[in-house]
Amino acid sequence: MADISTDFLGIKSPNPFWLASAPPTDKKINVVRAFEAGWGGVVWKTLGSQVKNVSSRYSSVNYGGKRMMGFNNIELISDRPLEINLREITEVVKMFPDRAMIVSLMADNDRKSWHELIMKAEDAGAMGFELNFGCPHGMTERGMGAAVGQDPEIAKMVVEWVMEKATIPVITKLTPNVHSVVPTGRGAVEAGTNALSLINTIQSVTGVDLDTLVPNPYVAGKSVFGGYCGPAVKPIALKMLTTIAQDPVTNRVPISGIGGVSTWKDAVEFMLLGATSVQVCTAAMNHGFRIVEDMCEGLNNWMDEKGYQKTTDFIGKSVEKITHWEDLDINYHHIANIDQSKCIHCGLCYIACEDTSHQAINVDRGQPYNNYTVKDEECVGCNLCKLVCPVEDCITMEEHRVAPEYVNWKDWQREGRPLNDH
Amino acid sequence: MTIKKPTKNMSIKNNRLTTAEYQENFADIHPPFETSDAALVEANRCLFCYDPPCMKSCPTSINVPKFIKQIATENLKGSAHTIFSSNIMGAGCSKVCPVEKLCEGACVYNLMHEEPINIARLQRYSTEKAMDNNWQLFDRKPSKGKRVAIVGAGPAGLSCAHTLSREGIDVTIYEKEAKGGGLMTYGIAAYKVTPEFCEDEVNYITSIGGIEIKYNHELGKDITIEQLQKDYDAVYLAFGVGMARQLDIPGEHLFGVTDAIKFIYDLRDNDHSTIAVGDKVAVIGMGMTAIDAATQAKRLGASEVHLVYRRTQAEMPCTEKELNIAKLDGCNIIWLAAPKEIIGNGGNVTQLVCDVMKLGEPDGSGRRSPIASGETFTLDVDMVIKAAGQMPFSDLVNEESLENNNGKVAVQGKSKTSLNNVFAGGDCVNGGREVVDAVQAGKDGAAAILKQIVSPDYIIESELKPTFNN
Repeated sequence: MADISTDFLGIKSPNPFWLASAPPTDKKINVVRAFEAGWGGVVWKTLGSQVKNVSSRYSSVNYGGKRMMGFNNIELISDRPLEINLREITEVVKMFPDRAMIVSLMADNDRKSWHELIMKAEDAGAMGFELNFGCPHGMTERGMGAAVGQDPEIAKMVVEWVMEKATIPVITKLTPNVHSVVPTGRGAVEAGTNALSLINTIQSVTGVDLDTLVPNPYVAGKSVFGGYCGPAVKPIALKMLTTIAQDPVTNRVPISGIGGVSTWKDAVEFMLLGATSVQVCTAAMNHGFRIVEDMCEGLNNWMDEKGYQKTTDFIGKSVEKITHWEDLDINYHHIANIDQSKCIHCGLCYIACEDTSHQAINVDRGQPYNNYTVKDEECVGCNLCKLVCPVEDCITMEEHRVAPEYVNWKDWQREGRPLNDH
Repeated sequence: MTIKKPTKNMSIKNNRLTTAEYQENFADIHPPFETSDAALVEANRCLFCYDPPCMKSCPTSINVPKFIKQIATENLKGSAHTIFSSNIMGAGCSKVCPVEKLCEGACVYNLMHEEPINIARLQRYSTEKAMDNNWQLFDRKPSKGKRVAIVGAGPAGLSCAHTLSREGIDVTIYEKEAKGGGLMTYGIAAYKVTPEFCEDEVNYITSIGGIEIKYNHELGKDITIEQLQKDYDAVYLAFGVGMARQLDIPGEHLFGVTDAIKFIYDLRDNDHSTIAVGDKVAVIGMGMTAIDAATQAKRLGASEVHLVYRRTQAEMPCTEKELNIAKLDGCNIIWLAAPKEIIGNGGNVTQLVCDVMKLGEPDGSGRRSPIASGETFTLDVDMVIKAAGQMPFSDLVNEESLENNNGKVAVQGKSKTSLNNVFAGGDCVNGGREVVDAVQAGKDGAAAILKQIVSPDYIIESELKPTFNN
């Protein structure tokens, strides 16, 4: 059995799966249930100045019959009195001393407020802080949340205030609602943050009700931009995570990865791209805390299969595999092959290639089944046919190098080699 | 010498069951999707194949992936329009089509060893919504000032009428029965379609306007082709086929020998409790009609039902699904058996003697022909239902001077008969096939009529190759 326990700046958890700062971590009753279910840690829902929430708060994007492929919310930070939150944090830490208890903070935008909040949370028993510089709605209008995260200078200043006071590890959470997460990440690292986490939610409109013409979620005939999350945002999160893991300044600190993590596979991907722990919210809100069981077992089995003893054996291993386009090997070429014994003759590969790609699939009409074969000389190896094929391993991409040696675009251009002739 | 009058066969009787039992036995065998979510789950399973095998396996070429996708996008009107554009009896066909050998049988999921898409049920979901809400999905083109007479308000006649009406032709249908729908109304098991549904379907089809149905008008009695030729620009014959084929064996006249078509007809037109059925029944044949007769005999309360077929399962005309309905209903299947003689007592059927058959060389249908082996066996039965194919209306066809093949109206191309401006299609031409085949025949007939009476290059929508397949 592999060891899936996690040490994040000295904060230990039995597994790398934390619940993100969100509704599931707003109250003792939720967090106790989460820990009983087996979650490694929580980031307690953001503490700060008093707010008032509205109804409704969530909406989602369904796709192809699957619900909550994307999810958004317009909920603010915790709307419970600070004292109750602090008391419950103390109680939960006592009940579950082996779990990570990170507390998310978003104080009013002045040094004194931050210092007071930090002292109170440390006294309550927090093991670490996560600074909420990401909340994209409600708080930004008051100069908090994403308003801080979107301006590297302000972020840096606030992190400096925090570092003056905090005696426990500080994680700065980054907003994705920027051109690049790196400048704010650098500012936070330069100001002394001990770690980074990303991404917070993405500003979004999930849809419009075609009867009322009011976008979602509905609040008395109006709506606002909400924070988007769930499986749909995972690819964006992974990209942003990679930029932080690759940057020579931001990669000096550990990262907690967030954004659409729903399964152990998602978690491994985040970890391969540099995350030491991962945070989950939408998947738990969709299915309950019980999903952590398979996350732990799946991670364990995968690590055993691959021969990894501990998570640090593989964290970050894929970071260097994302390179610049001009460094890709132009002599690499692969061609689709359709396994006729597996083909079910649905024609999806054909129509996708014919209508939208390179007309590289041949159709041989039959009654009722057509046969489809690849025109090797026309195939550019784009993967589209393989992606649309409903049968596992029916279409495979087979390597046919143009030439044995590695050559990239820069060399190609310098040597004046020919461009595509079609 | 006195001829002994048959005494009433006491074992053939009605009221065998309670009202609740009749209701249960004749309830809809294909329950619809109860909720839109259930339909959406199934619709979303559809892979949306290109040049789809399901569509190519439908005689009316319904664009199946398109209508399913339209259910998935909650464009139900569009979905119903897609179905009805190809098959105006799409609602009925969703209940009676042998889909396992047509669209669903061709579904690519079969090749993955997965359950095929439940196309019929999705089609029913869409078309029922259209009928329940009386969605008017078609506009008639401006009148072309032409009139067409159609004989028979069955699937072929209604399909032809609707297609013509859409193109701006006024249609009069002459129907010998008191209701429309043809075999859909009179010849199919009650647990597949109810009489109410059939009536609703006819009303829905004719609600486009421009179609008048004159009921209780029989060709050869109340009307003649000659008169119709005079009164209309064209005539379309879609009068179907008649009673079951004779067995031509001794004892066929005995009380208790009946015709499957009549048996089913009576079931469709009367309260089930009034239909008399034997205690031990033999049904001759293994087509859909034989299955419908056997299962309904069982469902009316017969204690034993034997399906007697002269070939084997490999040659049977019904689908395996139909056969399984009969088996689940407790019918006994006897392969390689041909009726040789019906024995009676007091004028009533008491036994059926059968030849044991073996398979010889392939016959004209390509199926191995059954040959008597010389052995026989005897079944104790009190009722014999004949369901070994239906006979064309040979006398009528000959009286009306139509060129024919053993009573089946002969056509040039798809529907042109030997008579001037007279076209034909459906069972009266092909001898008896599925409802969906008749619907296509009606469309073909309408296309031929439009070419004849409007313009030789007149093209209707359904003749165009769907762009989907380019």
